[in-house]
Amino acid sequence: MPHSYLKHAVLPLLVVLATLGIALWLPDSAEHPAAQHPYFVFTALGVLAAMLAFSIAGMSFPPLGEAFARKAPFYAGVLSLFCLYNILTAKTALLPVLYFPSPDNIFGVFFEDMPFLLKCLAYSLRLLVLGWIGGIIAGFLTGVAVGFNRHVRYWVLPWVRILGPIPATAWIPIVLVCFPSVVSASAFLIGLAVWFPTTVLTASGIANIEKAYFEAAATLGASKSYTIRKVGIPAAMPHMFLGLFNGTCASFLTLVTAEMLGAKYGIGWYINWQKEMMAYPNVYAGLMVMSLSCFALLTLLFRVRNKVLVWQKGVIQW
Amino acid sequence: MVGGIAISHLGKRFKNPQGEDITALSDISLNIRPGSFVSLIGPSGCGKSTLLRIIAGLEHAEEGEITLDGAPIAGPGCDRGFMFQSHMLFKWMTIYDNVAFGLRARGLYREQAGRVDEMLGIVGLKGFEKHYPHQLSGGMCQRASLARALVGHPKVLLLDEPLGALDAFTRMNIQDEIARIWKEQSMTMVMVTHDVDEAIYMSDSIVVMTPRPGRIKQILDLSDLPRPHARSGDDFLRCRAKVLRILDYGGKIQKPEYAI
Ligand SMILES: Nc1ncnc2c1ncn2[C@@H]1O[C@H](COP(=O)(O)OP(=O)(O)O)[C@@H](O)[C@H]1O
Ligand SMILES: [Mg+2]
Repeated sequence: MPHSYLKHAVLPLLVVLATLGIALWLPDSAEHPAAQHPYFVFTALGVLAAMLAFSIAGMSFPPLGEAFARKAPFYAGVLSLFCLYNILTAKTALLPVLYFPSPDNIFGVFFEDMPFLLKCLAYSLRLLVLGWIGGIIAGFLTGVAVGFNRHVRYWVLPWVRILGPIPATAWIPIVLVCFPSVVSASAFLIGLAVWFPTTVLTASGIANIEKAYFEAAATLGASKSYTIRKVGIPAAMPHMFLGLFNGTCASFLTLVTAEMLGAKYGIGWYINWQKEMMAYPNVYAGLMVMSLSCFALLTLLFRVRNKVLVWQKGVIQW
Repeated sequence: MVGGIAISHLGKRFKNPQGEDITALSDISLNIRPGSFVSLIGPSGCGKSTLLRIIAGLEHAEEGEITLDGAPIAGPGCDRGFMFQSHMLFKWMTIYDNVAFGLRARGLYREQAGRVDEMLGIVGLKGFEKHYPHQLSGGMCQRASLARALVGHPKVLLLDEPLGALDAFTRMNIQDEIARIWKEQSMTMVMVTHDVDEAIYMSDSIVVMTPRPGRIKQILDLSDLPRPHARSGDDFLRCRAKVLRILDYGGKIQKPEYAI
């Protein structure tokens, strides 16, 4: 069957059309402040256009069509949730109006405030990447040193155990005094949050390597440093990625808190600031940007991992 | 010819989890001629692996002396290849990279890259260079492991029950390959096995060991049998009966644990 995936596209299409119909023809409740334009309708139309484009592109490029067919039911589900939310807020005002703004107002933020949101995102990413990279490099080095060197293990591991579990944000009072700028202080906190799980899981990954691998390397004439590079570190990679994953999640958490330290811009800062202004549509828009960005970063991390760990059978899927 | 191993009055103790000393090997003396094929056989726990690991330099014996071509063995080295019971291929490397490991580790890869292909050809793994270990069968992994151990021209190849986990036919095929390699590359091989047939088929001499403490009970010399040895026939059966008698399994089965 050439275009059998098309039948999977029918359900999402119907859901989009129903969403559009309800948004356009059901009268709005008067309690919600009117948006400048029907932004939710714009968004739904955009989704409709994207779906049609994918369906048509899928006809001449089957892998795309199949990928779309696999994901289409899920997107239909997401869309019907938005439709339901639209009914509960804009149409009937069943939810408290102040805290649950209409989708028109939420999506309006993207149309009207996009440059500013992007600026905030860029600031957050800068902070995150600075801290994250510092944290994984430090974590990797500490973990490898603890894992392979008896003396480092003796002198350093207890400190890792005692200081590591403290949530990074608890260091704020000290970090603020010690660092010259808010940016460096925030980046340090994020780095700290990434460092701990990366260190611990790298070290435990190394500790759990089967001894016979090292023996095999020794009987093949490999030096200690060659063995660490080619046997120890690759063998500990699965654990390291687990640490990296935990660390990355911790870094998001720390980012939001760190941005309260007096940052100028940033997505966490934006959400917090808009909350204080009681601008809930902006809060929701900020949350959506944040969740999509975190999702994208984690997906990237898992892509990298799947590339690095092709040799592993049955890797955990993200 | 090189690859002669001289062992005299070797003793090795371990501490068990309760902290008590257990004697794994006691007063082991053995001379392994260069270029010979020696099997270590005996019931589980008699110290075969320990003896092999001491030859490899992976364990240190507290008592006695052990030399390779006259030089004391102090630690592991590339002059003694080792094949583990489970293949222990580096699962993050392709088969090619596994086989090339020894050369790369010693900085010889540039000059001897052809040796990797040669070894892969000898063990019949041409065409599987890019595969990862988990994509191959157990027998193929053991072949790759054999190639990896041989790539650097070791004087001695040590094999710790390398075929124990394989099915009977794969086992016989790889036995033949090992026998062929032994003949062509003229190296010393020491193999631990619990399979009497395998020991007779492959070996010049069979070292029969007994446990508690691990000792050599008798050394059987098969070097006057015509090569290649047979897997059946009068000579084979005579040897088999002899080995079983030395191990006290000649008549009725005495220890239920050994009645596989
Ligand atoms: N690393 C070790 N620690 C403690 N005891 C060991 C260790 N290795 C071997 N042994 C003990 O030494 C004895 C001989 O073991 P091994 O050489 O593995 O026997 P075999 O290979 O003949 O089955 C056994 O009693 C075993 O429990
Ligand atoms: Mg053993």
